[in-house]
This record gives sequence, C-alpha cells and structure tokens, in this order.
Amino acid sequence: MALLDIRDLEVTYRGSEGDLPAVRGVNLSVEAGQVVGLAGESGCGKSTIAGAVLRLLPASARISGQVRLAGEDVLTMSWGRLRAVRWSQASVVFQGAMHALNPVQKVGDQIAEAVLQHAKSRSAGSRVRELLDQVGLPAWRATSYPHELSGGQRQRVMIAMALACGPKLIIADEPTTALDVMVQAQVMSLLGTLVRESGMGMLLISHDLSVLADACDRVAVMYAGRVVEEGPAASVFGEPRHPYARALAAAFPVIGDPASRRAPKGLAGDPPDPRDLPSGCPFRPRCVEAIGICSEIDIRLRQAGPDRAAACVHVAETVTESEAVAL
Amino acid sequence: MIISQRQPDGPVLEARDLYVGFGGRRAAPDVRAVDGVELAVEKGQIVALAGESGCGKTTLARTLMGLERPYRGQVHHHGVPLDYRGRALKAYRRKVQLVLQDPTGALNPRRTVYEAVAEGLRIHRVPGDEKVQVAEALSLAGLRPPERFFARYPHELSGGQRQRVVIAGALALKPEVIVADEPVSSLDASVRGEILALLLSLRDELGLTVLVVTHDLGLAWNISDRLAVMYLGRIVESGPTEEVLAAPRHPYTAALLSVLPETQHVEPVILKGETPDPRRIPVGCRFNPRCPALADGTAGAAGVATRCVSQELPILPATTTHEAACLLAGWGG
Repeated sequence: MALLDIRDLEVTYRGSEGDLPAVRGVNLSVEAGQVVGLAGESGCGKSTIAGAVLRLLPASARISGQVRLAGEDVLTMSWGRLRAVRWSQASVVFQGAMHALNPVQKVGDQIAEAVLQHAKSRSAGSRVRELLDQVGLPAWRATSYPHELSGGQRQRVMIAMALACGPKLIIADEPTTALDVMVQAQVMSLLGTLVRESGMGMLLISHDLSVLADACDRVAVMYAGRVVEEGPAASVFGEPRHPYARALAAAFPVIGDPASRRAPKGLAGDPPDPRDLPSGCPFRPRCVEAIGICSEIDIRLRQAGPDRAAACVHVAETVTESEAVAL
Repeated sequence: MIISQRQPDGPVLEARDLYVGFGGRRAAPDVRAVDGVELAVEKGQIVALAGESGCGKTTLARTLMGLERPYRGQVHHHGVPLDYRGRALKAYRRKVQLVLQDPTGALNPRRTVYEAVAEGLRIHRVPGDEKVQVAEALSLAGLRPPERFFARYPHELSGGQRQRVVIAGALALKPEVIVADEPVSSLDASVRGEILALLLSLRDELGLTVLVVTHDLGLAWNISDRLAVMYLGRIVESGPTEEVLAAPRHPYTAALLSVLPETQHVEPVILKGETPDPRRIPVGCRFNPRCPALADGTAGAAGVATRCVSQELPILPATTTHEAACLLAGWGG
C-alpha cells in the first residue's frame, strides 16, 4: 500500500468571476522511503495538491476524488481525525520560511508548540533539542528569534517543526526557493538524509526540474492542472517526452554544454487562464510541435516507455511504432 | 540613440580600489560590505557578478550606480570619477539604469503599464513624443503590439510580462548600461530563458552594456561574457565566463559549481555554514574558515596552509585574463 495515494483529484475554486479549475484529475502516489517530485509553473496546481493532501485549502475549494494517506481517505475524514493526522502522519514544509514563522516568538517555542499538539507528556524541551540537532542547528538556537537566523537556518527550523511529531510523509513546497545555491544544497542534502534514515516518504514541489531530478526517485510534471509527464526522475529530466517537460528541462543550462552557451532557452507565451482553457491539449498554443489534431483531442497520459507516461499525441505515435517493432 | 558624449576608449564603468561600508565611523565602518574591489565593465559586454547573499554583490552594483557612496576608492564612468552632486548624478543615473529582482515589488499596482514606463521619461524631462517613446521601449522589451499593454495594470500581467515592463522602463531612457540585480530569480523556470534571451538580444542589437548580479552560475553561462565571483566583499575569481566555469581556480568557485544540480559528474562539495559576518572578516585569506582545500590538506601539501590563515591576499586587479585570489592558484606569491 502506498503511503500517499491520490486518485482522480479535482479541485475547483469557486469565485465571483466563475469557477477556477486548479487541479483537473490527478493521480499520484508516494511510497515509504521514496521522494516524488512535482514540477510546474506558478498556477499549474502543484501547491493546490499540497494543500489538498491535508485539507488545508480555503473554503472556496471544491474537492473531489480520493487522497489516501496510509490507506485512510483524508477527504472524508472527520475533523477530529484530521487534526490527529496533520503533523503526526503528514506535515508540510512551506515555501518562504521568512513569513511562515512567528516573528515575536522564539523558534524553540514554535517547535515545542508542534510537539505539544500531539505528544502529551515528556518534556518538550528535550525533544526540541533533539529536533534541532537532527536539522543541524545547535541547541542554543532554540532561544533565538526568527530575525536572528539566516534564511537557511529558518528553513531548518521549518523542517524541524515538520519533523516534530514523527510524520510518515513530508510535503515540501518549494523548500529551497529564495535560498542561495550553497544553502539550497545544504537543505536538500538534509532532506535527503532524513528520508533515507527514517524511511519517510516525501512529496517535493518545485518549479526547478533540475533540483527535482537530483533529489527525487520519480517526478511528475504538471501543466494547467494535470500531470503531463511522469516517470523516473533521471529519465524525465534526461529525456523528457512531453514538449513542456522538454522546455522545463532546458530552462536551466548544463554549465559547460556549448549548446546552452549564449543561448538561454525559454518557453514563449504564458500559461493558459484556467477559466478559459484552449480546446484540445492545453499546452497547444505554446507548443512548437503542435499539429492539427492537438486542438481536437483532450489528450490524457499514455504509456511512454517502461514505467513512464506522457500526455502528448507524438508520444502515442512513437510508442505504437516501437510496439509494432516489438510485435 | 546613446546620449552624445565624448567616449574615450576604456571601460564604461569601473570600480577602482572600492570600499563601501555601513555603520560606525565613515573611515572605519562596522560592516565592510565591499572590501577592496577592482572591476572594469567594457562597452557592449555582459558581465556577471556572482556570489551568495551577503557577499556584497548588490552593494557593489548599487555603488556603481551611485546609490551608495564608497568610503574609499572611486567609481569611474568613461574614466572620469563619478560626480555625486545632484544634477550630475541625475544625468548619470539616466545612463545607468537598474532592473530589480522582483517586478511585482518594482511596479506600482495602481499605475498602468504606460505610466510605469513613462515615469522615467517624465522625471528626466525627456523631449519628444512620450507615447512614441513608451511604445518603442515596450516593443524593444518584447511586449508587442505595445498599444495593447498601455492600459493594463501589473496584476493583469504574468511575472515575465511584468519583468519586461520593468526592463521597458529602463530602456525608455536609452541607457548605456543596465544593471540587473537577480533579474530572473523570482520568475518561473520557463520564463527565465525568455528574459535572459531578451537581455542578450538588447546587447546584440543596441550595444547595451549589462552588469548582471546573480547567485546563479547557470545564468552566467547562459549570457555573460565575463564572470566575477565575489566572496565576503571581494572578487575572488574573475575572467572570461568559459574559462572560469570550465576550470575554476578558486576553491569557492569550484564548490559553488559542484553543488549545482546539473553537475552530476563531480562530487558535490557542500560548504558548511554560511558566508561569515562581514563585521568580522577572517584573518589571512577570507575564505580560509570554510575552504575545502585547506580542510582536506591540499593547501598543506602545497606548503601554503600557514599563509592561508595569516597572510592577507592582494586585491585582484581588473584584468581581462582569468585570475583567482588563492595561494593555490599562485596568487599572492
């Protein structure tokens, strides 16, 4: 049984300007000890998925489908059960540690708050020291205020809070955005060690496919509320099959690669308005490989080689050919 | 298009023996954010200034723009020391335009695109048809047709479009130099390449000189001709971008390169801790407390370990060749 199993998830925000479909049918699973990456641009629905897993979305969100956490459906759970599940089963490391911490409370007390929510007895103090040690901060840092810490240290505090109740799943939403490369490397290596040593599962969300390729076992690339490519991290980054995944993979250059020298690669155009999606494939207006049929079929994920899938008509053709060869 | 002026050969912008500090007394500040920098930016070049937060790269860029005043050394513009008197400084700032990291913060949410781009023209009382100039700047920045964007507000635009509006605001004044401080770090991966391609084409088509401040060495590889890596207020390595990135000579540059997710063929050297407090700059080489080459005995084997922790290195000059301020690279004799 997967630690996290998302089936047919749809999330629509209701608003005065009409319904906004943010997630339009997503399947995703995370096994224990596995790091799964979720990539895509702002507005593609990746953070909405993070929120849906622990039902942290605003009241305007209409959710359907299933989100099973260790077999239990989070979406139909009672509030009491949900409170128990948050932090202790799954916890979230949010982006922007600058704003997520209370500026007028010592960081040790903020971590202790998370500990006390779920553990009754035991001195929270020793647990806080243990957690700080786990994330590589000295124990005396418990008495610091957030403004006394650097960005990287604050992100470590956020991770310590997420670990406070020994969760089985960590959802990290852009945990290293706004951090320096060296600090990003420190935080990513910390998260990687935690997953390896504790057997937790992690859902890692980022717009930077290269970071995900490095840290994850599997990666799903989202566009306009759907997963458009999914597979082993190295192959999705190394040989992306969907044109959008290809554009994301090319966005960060490989230093030393003459092809990217003085040739930054971007993707023209903007993501579509979720309220007014184009007909057929939503990526079609920005796609350099679009053909006539792309405006007609609402393409879904299809097999794109062993253990991977992509939602592109071109993928279907190549697979049929190779299948034909195999037959 | 560039303001007519006698333009002697030599760099457009130069930092000469530059020191910028904050707090304390003027001659002995508490924080030495820029602590001895020599840098020359040649006309039509894209120079990347790279380093981590707190290394002084933004302070250096602001000083080059005349927004901070050095307590020692000078900024030279076409070989002439910068004049900090009101009118001269205003004229200088018209020629050297700043593009900031976060376009959402840089744009007034209650002003239209047209007003945002026209603001600089009005401040500097630029003669000519304002509407034509705004339209020209917008289309140079890739917002075409420009008239379609005139009446839009920032919230109606995507992040990439907002950054293009900020760039258009700078271009409207027909500057010689654009200083871009982390121009793409708040943008989505897919938009990043588009904005970098725009900077590159502005250089190619208009002969713009660009100083880009970044923590992203991939950006340097993408667009810059020259790269200077800063650490704790000093440039520790500089040279042609290809040479510095293909064969870094300073252990700090090598470590920065090794942790990039794309460089899987090298073992990542994750430095411990963060850039030290610029109030307490280490004795000897300023990188020595975190230096992997000192820690693993490489410096010891080369017989320089004691000097690493005791001898202050001379400042790297603004040469065009590839140099590194490291005893292991033969710097400081």
